[in-house]
Amino acid sequence: MSVPLTLLGLLEREPSHGYDLKRDYDAFFGRGKQLPFGQVYATLGRLARDGQVTAGDAEPGDGPDRKRYAITDIGRHVVDTWLAEPVEPEPHLQTVLFAKVTLALMLGKPAAAYLDTQRAAHIRRMQELTEIKRTGPLVDTLLADHALFHLEADLRWIDLTSARLADLAEAVRNR
Amino acid sequence: MNSPAVTRGRMIETRHVAKNFGQTSALRDASLCVAEGEILAVMGPSGSGKSTLLHCMAGIYTPDQGEVLFDGQLLNTMTEADRTRLRRTAFGFVFQFGQLVPELTTADNVALPLLLNRTKRKVAYKTAGTWLDRLGIGDKGDRRTGELSGGEAQRVAVARALALAPKVIFADEPTGSLDTLTGEKVMDLMTGLAREQGSTVVIVTHDARVAAYADRVVMVRDGLLAIADLPVSPADAPYGAPSPAATSASATARGAS
Repeated sequence: MSVPLTLLGLLEREPSHGYDLKRDYDAFFGRGKQLPFGQVYATLGRLARDGQVTAGDAEPGDGPDRKRYAITDIGRHVVDTWLAEPVEPEPHLQTVLFAKVTLALMLGKPAAAYLDTQRAAHIRRMQELTEIKRTGPLVDTLLADHALFHLEADLRWIDLTSARLADLAEAVRNR
Repeated sequence: MNSPAVTRGRMIETRHVAKNFGQTSALRDASLCVAEGEILAVMGPSGSGKSTLLHCMAGIYTPDQGEVLFDGQLLNTMTEADRTRLRRTAFGFVFQFGQLVPELTTADNVALPLLLNRTKRKVAYKTAGTWLDRLGIGDKGDRRTGELSGGEAQRVAVARALALAPKVIFADEPTGSLDTLTGEKVMDLMTGLAREQGSTVVIVTHDARVAAYADRVVMVRDGLLAIADLPVSPADAPYGAPSPAATSASATARGAS
């Protein structure tokens, strides 16, 4: 999750105080990991330095910072470009699992059993996510769906790899 | 999330069940227990034997070896007439394609099994109306099922299965012909309403997202049962020991079902 670009995107709705941005970020994107105030203001400062936002005059009142931030045309362009770019596809799990499976086959350890254990863990997580979808608000459902599709993709890879283990073992040993 | 199978009654039990179709061994040594009110998903690729397992559990197929028990009663030794009565009164079925009667209305289709069980006409149609409402298609009662969308037709099939208040619902690829969102709605309604009613559900699927609606997931591979669920401890899984490694015989449950 790119914090500066996400905050910039939130600012494109309307000029906001740092506090409001933090609150909205936590609500939509935080998911149990809150954004520290310090990071919000440091990020806004950098965005202002780069001309992507402007900081209004400090308003009277309590709190550490009563400045209202507004996005600039440069900032809008940055957000548009970022949104239009595809995210780098990251097959992160496969690299770990691939290493484990390959090592298991090299070392004559039970690769099939490892894959079964991984499959069971995946299915269990999918059950939890499905429960969240059944009971949670729509934002949670969206996130759960995203995770579910990724886990499903992993599972397909696990199934295919399970079916190919004999060939893989031969390939690994013959190298 | 996992069912306390030990504390609840055993609704369906298979013991060392095997089923062959000609030279092909579709299912071998399948021992499995489904607790009362439990939702079990049976996963596996095409031709793995998962549909054969469901058909054996539901008394549609008679196993070549082993036993199937429903609520403690041995299905193998029942007469065909008794088994038919059981399927009509205690079991509900949802298949990939709703298998509705296209010339009849939606309400007729849901009321039909009730009428076959000698429910009074007025009661049967009232019950049908209630279930169609619960599935969000109360306004479609007068439509012929041939005119419904795939998702609507599948909801009718779920209403028809649940209206009987069955002990067990057997669902074979219930979302196989639906898009993701429609399929999820059908699964959500079917499992939610079955839980409310206390019905046991056995779902056969190749789709992990569908299986994730279940309390417990088991795998069938090459006609052999492999439990995918991780037992908390080995002692908790009397049926959890994976079957011995498959020999090369390939199963064709699908071709036969």
